[in-house]
Amino acid sequence: MTNTWQDIKNANVIVVMGGNAAEAHPCGFKWVVEAKIENGAKLLVIDPRYTRTASVADVYAPIRPGTDIAFLNGLIRYLLEKDAIQHDYVRAYTNASLLVKEGFGFEDGLFSGYREEINGYDRSDWDYELDEQGFAKADDTWQHPRCVMRLLRNHVDRYTPETVSRICGTPQDKYLQICELFAGTAAPDKALTSLFALGWTQHSVGSQNIRAMAMVQLLLGNIGVAGGGMNALRGHSNIQGLTDVGLLSELMPGYLRLPTDAEPTFEDYMKTRQFKPLRPGQTSYWQNYRKFFVSFQKAIYGDAARADNDWSYDWLPKLDVPLYDIIRAFEMMANGQMNGYICQGFNPMQAFPDRGKTRRALGKLKFLVTMDPLDTETSRFWENFGPQNPSDPAAIQTEVFQLPTSCFAEENGSLVNSSRWLQWHWKAADPPGQARSDIWIMTGLCHRLREMYRKEGGAFPDPILNLTWNYTDPANPDPEELAKEMNGRALADLKDSNGAVTAHAGQLLEGFAQLRDDGTTASGCWIFSGCFTEKGNQMARRDATDPREQGLAPNWAWAWPANRRILYNRASADAAGKAWNPEKPIIQWNGSRWVGIDVPDYGPTTKPSDAVGPFIMNAEGVGRLFARDQMADGPFPEHYEPFESPSENVLHPKVRSNPAARVFADDRAAFGTAKEFPYVATTYRLTEHFHFWTKHALINAILQPEEFVEIGEVLARQKGIEQGGWVRVASKRGAIVCKAYVTKRIRPLEVNGKPTHVIGVPLHWGFTGQARKGYGANTLTPSVGDANSQTPEFKAFLVNVEKAHAPKE
Amino acid sequence: MADLQSQNYIRRSASTLTPPSVRDHEQEVAKLIDVSRCIGCKACQAACMEWNNLRDEIGHFEGSYDNPADLSPSTWTLMRFAEWENDKGDLEWLIRKDGCMHCEDPGCLKACPAPGAIVQYANGIVDFISENCIGCGYCVKGCPFDIPRISQVDHKSYKCTLCSDRVAVGLEPACVKACPTGAIMFGTKADMKTWAEERVVDLKSRGFSNAGLYDPSGVGGTHVMYVLHHADKPSIYAGLPDNPRISILVDLWKGIVKPLALAGIAFTAVTAFFHWIVAGPNEVQPEDEANAQRLLRKTDDSR
Repeated sequence: MTNTWQDIKNANVIVVMGGNAAEAHPCGFKWVVEAKIENGAKLLVIDPRYTRTASVADVYAPIRPGTDIAFLNGLIRYLLEKDAIQHDYVRAYTNASLLVKEGFGFEDGLFSGYREEINGYDRSDWDYELDEQGFAKADDTWQHPRCVMRLLRNHVDRYTPETVSRICGTPQDKYLQICELFAGTAAPDKALTSLFALGWTQHSVGSQNIRAMAMVQLLLGNIGVAGGGMNALRGHSNIQGLTDVGLLSELMPGYLRLPTDAEPTFEDYMKTRQFKPLRPGQTSYWQNYRKFFVSFQKAIYGDAARADNDWSYDWLPKLDVPLYDIIRAFEMMANGQMNGYICQGFNPMQAFPDRGKTRRALGKLKFLVTMDPLDTETSRFWENFGPQNPSDPAAIQTEVFQLPTSCFAEENGSLVNSSRWLQWHWKAADPPGQARSDIWIMTGLCHRLREMYRKEGGAFPDPILNLTWNYTDPANPDPEELAKEMNGRALADLKDSNGAVTAHAGQLLEGFAQLRDDGTTASGCWIFSGCFTEKGNQMARRDATDPREQGLAPNWAWAWPANRRILYNRASADAAGKAWNPEKPIIQWNGSRWVGIDVPDYGPTTKPSDAVGPFIMNAEGVGRLFARDQMADGPFPEHYEPFESPSENVLHPKVRSNPAARVFADDRAAFGTAKEFPYVATTYRLTEHFHFWTKHALINAILQPEEFVEIGEVLARQKGIEQGGWVRVASKRGAIVCKAYVTKRIRPLEVNGKPTHVIGVPLHWGFTGQARKGYGANTLTPSVGDANSQTPEFKAFLVNVEKAHAPKE
Repeated sequence: MADLQSQNYIRRSASTLTPPSVRDHEQEVAKLIDVSRCIGCKACQAACMEWNNLRDEIGHFEGSYDNPADLSPSTWTLMRFAEWENDKGDLEWLIRKDGCMHCEDPGCLKACPAPGAIVQYANGIVDFISENCIGCGYCVKGCPFDIPRISQVDHKSYKCTLCSDRVAVGLEPACVKACPTGAIMFGTKADMKTWAEERVVDLKSRGFSNAGLYDPSGVGGTHVMYVLHHADKPSIYAGLPDNPRISILVDLWKGIVKPLALAGIAFTAVTAFFHWIVAGPNEVQPEDEANAQRLLRKTDDSR
């Protein structure tokens, strides 16, 4: 989230699209209700199904799964056409004026630079035209044909209300009603918040779905302000922490990127990480990248990381492919290229696309280690549970080690929530039986591996042997020690420019501003620096004092970065430093510094007259309507059909789906067509369950006991399917047999002149736990991911449905 | 929940005894369920199960999100989901938390023939005192909202207690505490009615011109009330009675029929006594015995 859960209450309009906040985040949803009651806010819900969120919405509009970009590009067109944008904001705080290189273009569904052989783009022309000093050229009148604003206008021009309706199936009157409510928040003192989740990410165009809405928010001046922002509602209590500490294959902690094999030396690596400002006088905070990186290496390798060995750069793995995401990992497993798998806190049998392929792949492993508090389907993949898991144990040689772990309530530690707060929690009970903490297990593994390397050598022992391990109990590091390590310490006395000591050697750092690139500081995750200082554990703070009753309590827990609660908050004030909305200011210029209820996301004494942009992480200092070369699939979002779609791409029939998406050959062969599988399916969770965990809990199993699918009344009638009757739903990859919920909440959509039916597939049931056995939604889903993140396309695919007989008990 | 003293009672089933009502200075309480801000998450159901330590069976999917499928001795509250198309053709998904309404004039208590099995406290809560319950099911017939359920195990009747045990020590009911959106509120009945008025104004401003409070007068008002977007049509909310009244049979039973029946029973007893005095006791005669044997054989043949 750019903002926070509590801040939702400041919104005038709340849009839930690409998510189902009431269903999936019922506790956080209280702030939506608060906004409605206390702030008179309007709630808009755009979703293929009439959801629990829709049940309390002011306006609901249906949309065909996988067509959000068409809707949002159409919305941008509407806002530009009606001139419903916040002009001063867009001029000062976005790249609307900047000029783009002449080579950039878009034609017939492809941006310039497409190379079919790599299924991707040469992105060198997707950037600004620079002047002699290396700054982006600008045209503040927006007249230049290659300024971002003109290019954007041209790009979205095709998305007329008729076209949007034709692609999305959204009735035009509902669509226009929603556009109008969006437009109202272009006023400087009005804010709209976007709440989204996996309904946007789990598409082959997932990242661009979010980009499109972020652009809408920039045009409306809703980023950085109270009640605004782009608010990703994270699905696990600590999934934000997972990305923050770099548990993705291409990342290191704090969103530093793992080197690639095209960067064999540290200097190669740093060459593309200078982050020189692209406009005069801009902050371009990533210029400090070297400090973050060196401090990270010092945290990992201690004294062994030195200037003369490039801070042990050589010990880092170098990626040979863009990323080793789960789809690639299971492809490799299925091909016998990966034969051992440590599965920590993850349940791929339920969570990864194409369950049949997942089961086959796991069966080819030599060993599988599962670390989980629960008896997961993954740890039992080899066992025959009947049609829900038809395995033949005799044919599977995989050795499975099932390690029971403690759960969050059985250990001290911190969780990072959607608002980026690191909240410390305390152990409430001892773990049952032989369960051990993940820290204890991983530590034991580490020590054993080191011992083997020490004794037996090996291909490349240095990265393992040189790891620092300075904990009070080396066999079981204390969570507080790990937190301090992430926060960082001074390794020598740190002095400011006047020679005064700001931190003594060994002291915990106050924040990442103290980090150095000369090896005198260590920090395991620079964005967490400040969470555990000499003043104590800031994450354990529980002071709910909210100075302006704007839902901003700066002394409750600790938020990254720098305890800042609302990102880009400089943009909450106009160019002169006065709040756009005087009723709900965040920070303002008082003549000598920035003051307010939040930590400024800006130089605290940087004068407004210096014209430093509010988006300090961007080299150009402004928000990007044009994403430069940062996205794999284009600097503007474009509508591409899901890989399994019932419709042609009416905009460019030759380029139907995302041309930059990576698809493995066996996965492509497992795509179905609308001829065989005529209905659009989408997966989702229900409020009674948390993913695949709570089916193990009796109360949750009672509240939602059995697998079902949701089918509209019209289709059910056509197919002779009765309420609560049995159906067989099949995709090209597999079939499930379960009960049908025949509902008015899904209506046929008129897409490109044809009625299109949507089938809803909740995802909670499996073959372990207390609830009734189920097949799992991923029996049906296709194995293709977003072109940028490789998040699987769980939200739009094709199936067929037939009435079925009740299975024999 | 027989943990409140009888001095709290203002009504007691099947009793001629007048409750002492020494605590009638207590304010009447009410739970207000704002259907317009309920998201149907079932946290209230989970909290009810947790606090009362009840676990119903793991059921089946039966064509809606209503799970368990109905109230039971182990399910005292239940979200009921109704899909309703309004006159504009737009869908509304009406989600109502069902459970005991704690009527001011409780039909269950009126119908109950077991002395002290159903009581009403000074704060308005209607409670079942299990040790006095005889499991006759009259409360089920007497309830205009179809709430009480008889256990097949111990043959006693069960329903929501409005967490009388929690309320007695100054806590809100468990469902109120668990509700994430504040859709369930608890306080004095007067405060709840004032708050409901504010909510109705907001709903009317959002186009629900028939929004209103459900506090039906047919049962003297209730201590569980609803804010409804369509207060003119309560029955669209999964069959909430439009105009709940205590069954006429209960009124008859308590009004005319009961004294009449008592008189009838007394008359029968007196007649029987005189019959015994005049005609002597009934005895089995040989021909009766023979008839019985013949009947038995007939039944055997027909098998």
